Amino acid sequence: MTVTNSPTSGGNAVDKGGDAQIPVRPDDVTLTIDGVEVSVPKGTLVIRAAETVGIEIPRFCDHPLLDPVGACRQCLVEVATPDRDGNVRSMPKPQASCTMAVSSGMVVKTQNTSAVADKAQHGQMEFLLINHPLDCPVCDKGGECPLQNQAMSNGRAVSRFDDVKRTYPKPINISSQVLLDRDRCILCARCTRFSDQIAGDPFIALVERGALQQIGIYEEKPFESYFSGNTVQICPVGALTGAAYRFRSRPFDLVSTPSVCEHCASGCSMRTDHRRGLVLRRMAGLDNDVNEEWNCDKGRWAFTYATQPDRIELPMVRGTDGQLKVVGWPEALAAAAAGLSRSSAAGVLVGGRVSTEDAYAYGKFARVVLGTNDIDFRARPHSLEEVEFLAKHVVATAPGVQSGSAGGSEVGAAPGSVTYADLEAAKTVLLVGFEPEDESPIVFLRLRKAFRQNKTAVFAIGSVPTWGLKKMGGTLIPALPGHEADVLVDLTSTEVGRAADAGLGEGGIVLVGERLATSAGALSAAADLAATKGARLAWVPRRAGERGALEAGALGSLLPGGRPVSDRVARGEVAGVWEVARLPDTPARDTAGIIEAAVTGEIDALVVGGVDPADIGSAHALDALERAFVISFELRESAVTAVADVVLPVAAQAEKLGSYLNWEGRVRNFEQALTSNAVSDYRAIDMLANEMGFFLETRTQREIHAQLEALRAWEGRHDVVLDTATLRAAKAAVVTDASRGEYLLETWSTLLDAGRMQDGEPFLAGTAPRAVARLSPASAAVLQVADGDLVTVSGPLGRVALPVAVTKGMLDGVVWLPTNAKECAVRAGLGSDAGHVVTVSKGALV
Amino acid sequence: MTDTLTPILTKFWDEPQSWTLETYERYDGYKALRKALEMEPSAVLGAVKESNIRGRGGAGFPTGMKWSFMSPPDGGPRYLVVNADESEPGTCKDTPLMMANPHSLIEGVAISSYAIGCEHAFIYLRGELVHVYRRLLDAVDEARAAGYLGDDVGGQGLKIEITVHAGAGAYICGEETALLDSLEGRRGQPRLKPPFPGAAGLYARPTSVNNVESIASVPGIILEGPDWFKGMGTEKSTGFGIFSLSGHVANPGQFEAPLGITMRELVDLAGGMRQGHQMKFWTPGGSSTPIFTDEHLDVPLDFDAVVAAGSMLGTRALQVFDETVSVVRAVARWTDFYAHETCGKCTPCREGTWWMRQIMERLENGEGSQDDIDKLLDICDNILGRSFCALGDAATSPITSAIQYFREEFEAGMHTPAHVLFPPEKSVLFDVAPAGSKDSAGLSSGMVTA
Repeated sequence: MTVTNSPTSGGNAVDKGGDAQIPVRPDDVTLTIDGVEVSVPKGTLVIRAAETVGIEIPRFCDHPLLDPVGACRQCLVEVATPDRDGNVRSMPKPQASCTMAVSSGMVVKTQNTSAVADKAQHGQMEFLLINHPLDCPVCDKGGECPLQNQAMSNGRAVSRFDDVKRTYPKPINISSQVLLDRDRCILCARCTRFSDQIAGDPFIALVERGALQQIGIYEEKPFESYFSGNTVQICPVGALTGAAYRFRSRPFDLVSTPSVCEHCASGCSMRTDHRRGLVLRRMAGLDNDVNEEWNCDKGRWAFTYATQPDRIELPMVRGTDGQLKVVGWPEALAAAAAGLSRSSAAGVLVGGRVSTEDAYAYGKFARVVLGTNDIDFRARPHSLEEVEFLAKHVVATAPGVQSGSAGGSEVGAAPGSVTYADLEAAKTVLLVGFEPEDESPIVFLRLRKAFRQNKTAVFAIGSVPTWGLKKMGGTLIPALPGHEADVLVDLTSTEVGRAADAGLGEGGIVLVGERLATSAGALSAAADLAATKGARLAWVPRRAGERGALEAGALGSLLPGGRPVSDRVARGEVAGVWEVARLPDTPARDTAGIIEAAVTGEIDALVVGGVDPADIGSAHALDALERAFVISFELRESAVTAVADVVLPVAAQAEKLGSYLNWEGRVRNFEQALTSNAVSDYRAIDMLANEMGFFLETRTQREIHAQLEALRAWEGRHDVVLDTATLRAAKAAVVTDASRGEYLLETWSTLLDAGRMQDGEPFLAGTAPRAVARLSPASAAVLQVADGDLVTVSGPLGRVALPVAVTKGMLDGVVWLPTNAKECAVRAGLGSDAGHVVTVSKGALV
Repeated sequence: MTDTLTPILTKFWDEPQSWTLETYERYDGYKALRKALEMEPSAVLGAVKESNIRGRGGAGFPTGMKWSFMSPPDGGPRYLVVNADESEPGTCKDTPLMMANPHSLIEGVAISSYAIGCEHAFIYLRGELVHVYRRLLDAVDEARAAGYLGDDVGGQGLKIEITVHAGAGAYICGEETALLDSLEGRRGQPRLKPPFPGAAGLYARPTSVNNVESIASVPGIILEGPDWFKGMGTEKSTGFGIFSLSGHVANPGQFEAPLGITMRELVDLAGGMRQGHQMKFWTPGGSSTPIFTDEHLDVPLDFDAVVAAGSMLGTRALQVFDETVSVVRAVARWTDFYAHETCGKCTPCREGTWWMRQIMERLENGEGSQDDIDKLLDICDNILGRSFCALGDAATSPITSAIQYFREEFEAGMHTPAHVLFPPEKSVLFDVAPAGSKDSAGLSSGMVTA
């Protein structure tokens, strides 16, 4: 039963005759602000305490997530404190409320009740404006500018300054994306403090002094932080602007829609600002549980991919002449339905990009319409071991919800899945096969915060000591790529390993990345380690849709809610909700299995949604697609479009309503920002099912949610039965021969790379890290190369020549490449992946 | 007259090589250190506390109390940092002291370090003082060679090391927390307090930042005892200090005298005003202390009496200006200085000095507008007590005090340039006319004082 009279839910309110009391916390400090008594936790700053009772003190440099600096002096208030005898005595000077902590019995008078504070604030505002240009009418910030707004609320009506303003040439690029108008800057140091404290990238700093003080970058070292966009957002004036948005719009012309980022599994809350059907910018949303109020530059600036010229807007069918031809929806659906009806067996490949609702529709379509469990959301290197891991330890968990048999832990007592707050509070966090700054940047920010504020010890099992790891105060536990399992099993054999092992025993957390899937035995070893040490375990995939797809039944072995296909009762539950007689109980093929079956002809039709074959890491993917009858649900033309028989256009994220589950398992709802004719995948799937005579009931979000509500987390066991036909022998440990130039490849995708969802944003692309081949000093010495020299890395499919970055502390015999940089496509170009053997040679081989 | 002087630190500045260890030891140098090493550190600290010596850098905070406010020893390093960043217009006491008698500072550092448990002290020297820098480096080398510094001071296994660090020439680095940032290799800008340096100063360790003269006075206190020190000066401003007279007096220079001496006495000691001229205004402690006029000649120059009279003792930098000087021009130069030296961290100091400088320039050129004086006073009101550190306050002092005493000169700035009302050549002690010009000889001969 829902309790409706709790004060926090608005019940029992005093203004409605109730007797609700503000709960008194024993350690609270009580003070008076403008005559209002306030109780706040010890250490609270006066400016925050005032906010709790609705008193807003003007401010610029103050930011609740940054360390106080007291630079702008805008928030001056009068303060009196009791002396030893209890007499309240005024301090001689007004105090900056953003740097002063509350004390018991303090009496604060803000601009509302103190003429001194009011005059002091007016004075500071006038100072700030004397050197500030009057270009509000052409400034991006105009209309949403704290300086403009507070100058109106707490400033003089008329300027007394009739002298000469400080001017600068404007703007200057401090990166390809961020522009600086120094004349507008009020030197509040928010951007520099953000970069230094939050992101750990102190690439901008205050330079020069006096009125000529300004933000600067180091010579020829641009502000290329993954998080630089946040400085644009928190700049209280228009000094920092993004090149992509500069002069594009006025804030009051924009319509804002609450949204969630579609780029990774961090699950950032976001605001999409659009005008006349076009997204103009995106801002980080405020969500203290997830991204606080930060996001990464990819989330902020990579949204033009949906408006590229190759966008598919109308259905297409491949004619007898082999050419795709635009047709109406009825014709396209008929062609698709006919193709599927003709096929003997069909499989579904759905990328990790779709919403939970879309994934649910694909999963239901596979079982109900195609009568198969051959569906997999993993359009990337994967393994059967991963399926077991996901079934046992990941599926059906969420913040506050722990599934019955997950990890063999006790029912009820478990605290639910690992959350951001848990990371922040953890004593020790062990990362395995996971580079947070590149693969889930908000996890990185939270771990850095944990390190800075709570001294959380971060350990990473891997072969490259990264800048990201350094910023988290992390320690590398060396492991060759592909050999993570050995290190996990034998963690206490090294000193750093023992430190991590001990820390895990005291409330530690193990975070595993998705690329661990292809490191034989590693996921199982990580789970065993967590279980042995009593540590908690979480899986952090890269793509926004993967976690939701897992829960929604888009992994062949698992039905919605983590119900194992192999379990009769589980199948029965799902069949009941879906109102079908029975569900297929055949063992599921995974992505690789589906591709193999399509190559051999066992499967002759494929339903493909949001998959780039180059990502899968299978040499046969294109071959499979060419042989089968392919229905492609797609946003833009791709390698799948080139071989598809029917192409059905779907909506981009800004054009639809839906949700993701982030890595925590937390539901992240997003609203439809743009009015559009485009349909979400689930609607298109429903139409196709209709055409084939099935009533799929996935026409609307509401229909899908009603079914998902009825199919909540499965409380039984999560055993999965794997398809023996696709069981492949675990890789034998790989041995390299350095004398023949053989190296083990380590690779992951950098945050900014050649991903198609970053297309159309050259300013952002300009801040992407340069592709390099990383080698240890000893390896570089063997190859006789130095920083910047070219080396050629060769794999089975091809080779790439890149400059070397000699990386101290990296393991010998390992070469690191970015998985999907513009200059370096590891999977499609080399035919390699992490843990594979490649050969490295000096110079650029022709 | 000479009996009002108390030559202690300045006692042997006229020796041919006053800066050498040999000279210093001839004048009882390093005896105090030997005596201190026979005492418990707490007793040394107690003696300094007992002497009631107040900081000689301007603020007048009791030195012994500052030391006792340091966080208790926890086994980690503790630091003594000597503030030798003497940069204020008019202030020139530490520079000649370190030039002529560097060992008094070195010995003071050794004793003070012993008292507070510091093994590594720093002297942060104003960057422009290259000659002083060399003297200090040599003096540290001499003291180390003689065993007064190093790993085994006084043969007792005591470790005291001194690093002399030359700053990069910024007035703000005289502010103690900005000094610490600069010493750590960062930009010199004041830090947010708390934590105070006594709790988390240099490298976030307990640190005491003291003025050169304060530390140089410590050997005397130890050798002669606190009562000897208290026998000089006034009850609340004990001891002696170096008074630096500059400007329009007959014999400018350093006068070491007990605190509480009056300006009238000091001007007499300096041979009176420049011949044929009268006192117009003067600064008691450098440009950041509100100016005084001839009516303040009998104010005792101790910490409290000067405050009571509306100014601050500051660094006892007594700049004397006679009736030939335009107060508007003098203040405009000081305002230029503050606009140049403000670090830029906080709004009022950064923007306010930028603005005041332009208004002062107008007034100096006789182009002021009717509301400029009120505007200046209001700007000062919005800076004073609103800025992050005392630099902003300092920038307002000359303006508000000058308007208080000489408002009519500011009013004249609305129509007549200062150089018309007060021709600069009448103020100078040297030839200002271009070489070879007709009246250059006549001008200079009339100006130079004996």
